[in-house]
Amino acid sequence: MRASRSGNILNSVDWLTIGLFVVLVFFGWLNIYGASYTFDQTSIFDFSNRAGKQFTWILGSFVLGIVLLLIDYKTYDVLAYIAYGLMLLLLLATPFLAHDIKGSMSWISLGPVSLQPAEFAKCIVALAVAKYMGRYEYKLRTWRDLIVPFALIGIPALIIMVLQKETGSALVFAAFLLVFYRQGMSGYVLLMGLAAVALFILSIRFGAVPLPYGSGSVGMLTCMLLLTIVEIYFISKEHPMRWHAWILIGSVAAVYGIALLVNIWVRVPFDWVAMGIVVALMLYTVFISIYWRKYQLLLVTLFTMFCIGYTHACDFVFTKVLQPHQRIRIEVLLGMKEDPAGAGYNVNQARIAIGSGRFLGKGYLNGTQTKLQFVPEQDTDFIFCTVGEEWGFVGSVLVLLVYLFFILRLITIAERQRSVFTRIYAYAVASIFLFHLTINVGMVLGLLPVIGIPLPFFSYGGSSLWGFTLLLFILLRLDAARMEQLG
Amino acid sequence: MINDPNYRRRFVISGIAIGVVLVYIIRLFYLQIIDQSTKDQADNNALVKQTIYPSRGLIYDRNGELLVFNQPIYEITMTMREMGKDWDTTAFCRSLQISRAEFDERISEIKDKRKNRGYSRWTPQVFMSQLKKEDIATLQESLFLFPGIAIQKRTLRDYTYKAAAHVLGSVGEVNQNDIDGDEYYSRGDYSGRDGLERTYEKQLRGEKGVEIIMRDSRGRIQGSYQNGELDKTAVAGTDLHTTLDIQLQLLAEQLLAGKIGSAVAIEPKTGEILALASNPSWNPKVLVGKERSKNYNMLLNDPTKPLLNRATQATYSPGSTFKTIQALVCLEQGGITPNTLYPCSGPQSTPIKCTHHHGSPVALDRAIEQSCNPYFWCAFRDLLQKDGYGKENENFRHRYELWRDAVMSFGLGQRFTDSDLGEQSSGSIPSTKFFDRVYGKTGWKAITIRSLSIGQGEVLVTPLQLANQAATIANEGYYISPHLNRDDSMRIHRHNLDIKKRHFEAVKEGMNRVMIYGTGRHFAVDSLHMAGKTGTVQNPHGRDHAIFIGFAPVEDPQIAVAVVVENAGFGATWACPIASMMIEQYLTGEVKRKDLKKRISESVLNESVKKW
Repeated sequence: MRASRSGNILNSVDWLTIGLFVVLVFFGWLNIYGASYTFDQTSIFDFSNRAGKQFTWILGSFVLGIVLLLIDYKTYDVLAYIAYGLMLLLLLATPFLAHDIKGSMSWISLGPVSLQPAEFAKCIVALAVAKYMGRYEYKLRTWRDLIVPFALIGIPALIIMVLQKETGSALVFAAFLLVFYRQGMSGYVLLMGLAAVALFILSIRFGAVPLPYGSGSVGMLTCMLLLTIVEIYFISKEHPMRWHAWILIGSVAAVYGIALLVNIWVRVPFDWVAMGIVVALMLYTVFISIYWRKYQLLLVTLFTMFCIGYTHACDFVFTKVLQPHQRIRIEVLLGMKEDPAGAGYNVNQARIAIGSGRFLGKGYLNGTQTKLQFVPEQDTDFIFCTVGEEWGFVGSVLVLLVYLFFILRLITIAERQRSVFTRIYAYAVASIFLFHLTINVGMVLGLLPVIGIPLPFFSYGGSSLWGFTLLLFILLRLDAARMEQLG
Repeated sequence: MINDPNYRRRFVISGIAIGVVLVYIIRLFYLQIIDQSTKDQADNNALVKQTIYPSRGLIYDRNGELLVFNQPIYEITMTMREMGKDWDTTAFCRSLQISRAEFDERISEIKDKRKNRGYSRWTPQVFMSQLKKEDIATLQESLFLFPGIAIQKRTLRDYTYKAAAHVLGSVGEVNQNDIDGDEYYSRGDYSGRDGLERTYEKQLRGEKGVEIIMRDSRGRIQGSYQNGELDKTAVAGTDLHTTLDIQLQLLAEQLLAGKIGSAVAIEPKTGEILALASNPSWNPKVLVGKERSKNYNMLLNDPTKPLLNRATQATYSPGSTFKTIQALVCLEQGGITPNTLYPCSGPQSTPIKCTHHHGSPVALDRAIEQSCNPYFWCAFRDLLQKDGYGKENENFRHRYELWRDAVMSFGLGQRFTDSDLGEQSSGSIPSTKFFDRVYGKTGWKAITIRSLSIGQGEVLVTPLQLANQAATIANEGYYISPHLNRDDSMRIHRHNLDIKKRHFEAVKEGMNRVMIYGTGRHFAVDSLHMAGKTGTVQNPHGRDHAIFIGFAPVEDPQIAVAVVVENAGFGATWACPIASMMIEQYLTGEVKRKDLKKRISESVLNESVKKW
């Protein structure tokens, strides 16, 4: 399809998605005005304030969207790798061109405006991954097939995290796990990711909490118990004899019973007992996998070994690897520290702002918390506070539902593609939006640690708005051409 | 790609998205609907409620004389963060005439979080309080030189006369109980602590106003909230017009000087309290402002107990003044008639001797006039034994109960619960139960309780009750609960007695004779037509208490008085002249007996009584 045949574009483009995009952008803009509103505020269009600037960005994003729709859809496929290469160069160069903004080296000044290349990287990585995995000869069969895709997302993530010190933007690339999953990666990888988070939280939060009886820590014992359950599950799943599981459960229970009994006279280190059981089960798994020739069980052994090491490494990572501010954010979230004036300030003020909105909210521009600047970053990362305070429960839920509808729509679009390239790209777009929504709103609601990533279309900022526009409208362009593409 | 084996995974991914949004909606529901704490936190965050204090209601006497008013005092506050580097401490100290050392000490006190828990650099802190207008005059003129300094006005009580401290009461800072019990109060507020200030607290305090202003996260004021729609202007307290006659009150206090005792005057027809004095007392000004707690402790530790309002809280046996009631009850319940005669053998009488010398036998009028003890013992005995004792004494006990009810109908032995007087004791008229406990059910007879006949022993009354008793006799059969509020709301509290008018006439005749021929004759003023009864109460702890009740003029009583002077001896010597002069003052507007007034007011009967 050529640009000259743009008449067709109007018929084939997904207007519903464009409608949702406009609604979100417009509502976001209203809330930026609300969040940055002060008493001597003039107009929503005044360029000297945030809402006025955002209006310019919005106009720009519309222009960008239209331009993207006019470009030949094949261009994206063709240029994917070249763009990826250029992007890596730009990301590498950014720290040297950037000014230090709150410890982040990710902003490049271009005259009056600053751009954050990381915001555009998502789109280009998505294209490159889609191109690689969308090749006709590509089949995701073993973990080897995932090496290149992981490298494609890992390299820019590393650059952004290590060189630009933008942990939030780097973490977004984890969203691609969902894309890989859709393309055939084992669901256990997602579960392992979940398990890693759970183990981390358990060992950090409860690692120092002593057992009420005997010696050892609550965190370590819980981690080991979880691993025991996982091992027994997999052994009994692969073992031909059903009753086998009950023998295992019985033996484990017996060992704990004896330990409890012994504890009457001698203090038993229960976490070591628990780890002993895990190791014993691990050796038993090796035996079974060889004896019954169930070699996939060896993976469970590997996983268990990794987990034991990981649980013990968590504390090290937490205290030595993480930056102090990251550590405090996690501690505050896990309720290990009360610090309403310091690190907990944002979260606490956000909670107050949202909570005080009650059912119907305080009304547009009437939010005292956000208007009086109690919530920091209220027009960028914490913009959802303004929604919560001024539009209440009703407004917040409505915004969340619009997002959900938007994301589900993207999945629908993805699934109707005949081209694997477009489908992978569409899933990448949906996953990135879902990731941003989850992390950002979860942070504002105090459910996740403070990770500075924007709420798509809502948060103030040209780079993020344009980055998301790029992401979305390339998809719309590809989708408009779905009838011409081959599967 | 329908034949894609991973097609179903779209539902897992969609499910994750739906799950996340669902969890967040639940979280929002918790934060915005269930959790109630955030609303208040938000308001505390952003809204500053500035209280506007109303001026407290004024208190007047019955003639419209101002008794209690408000004086402005000033508070200097400072907001630390507004005080810049080039803030001129020296000039500031000079304008307040304090030393640099005092300034530094005060600043470190403010900053000490242990002493000043609410300290913040952003909010105004009290630097000095309770300053007079002249103290802040210099600073006021140069206030603009000192950023962060503000002068705040509040009010304190002030008094026209050094009198009626017990009646008026005082105003002090609220305690935790007040704050818990009434949401109107917050820490640092003032409320009436005792006396009228407490009884009429709700009327006098008015209504606090509030101005809601918004401040941002730095504490900067950003204007009024919702254009001041929620602001409330302060409503000044309503003035209180009391029944006191301040001239009479001043006289009563003057006459009681140097003595421990009390005097109560009531307008019989209305129950309005004209004067209510208790000595030792204090100057009400000492319980105001900075010195309040120090002075309060000194009053508290004074062995003469000035804080006790003896007029309403101290109880005494009424002594011979009780004979008036004895006479009325015996007449009404058929124990005697005005013509009944009883013999008296003077000091040789048994079981109760007479302290006076008079002819024998005596009738009621002379018995009251001469305060004849044997007469009232015989009358009391004959009343109680009228129906015999009966099996297990029930007839006697029944008679005693009838007698007791009649006595209590005068307001004795109980608090005036329908009055606006705060601090009252009930006194006591012993019940049959009381005697049963002491003597056993059949163990007591008329002879056992003979001292009751002459107002000694277990009978206990307050001076206020005595004055009310006098008013009841003056009214010939009713009283309105004594009260201090001049409005007519108290008129409904009228108590009618079941005693016939003619009996009152007989007793009044006797009381009139007291002032003409009897124990009160030395202090009568002929033109005033006084009636009265003296009493000398035996006191196991020391000298007898002197008591007097009376009213005047007999034919149309305008004032009823009761006076008690502790450890003063004869009622006729000390209590009667005080009452007499109070009656004269009230009825004629002055005391013509200057020498008597001087002698009584300068007599010191108790060396330890201090004048505050």
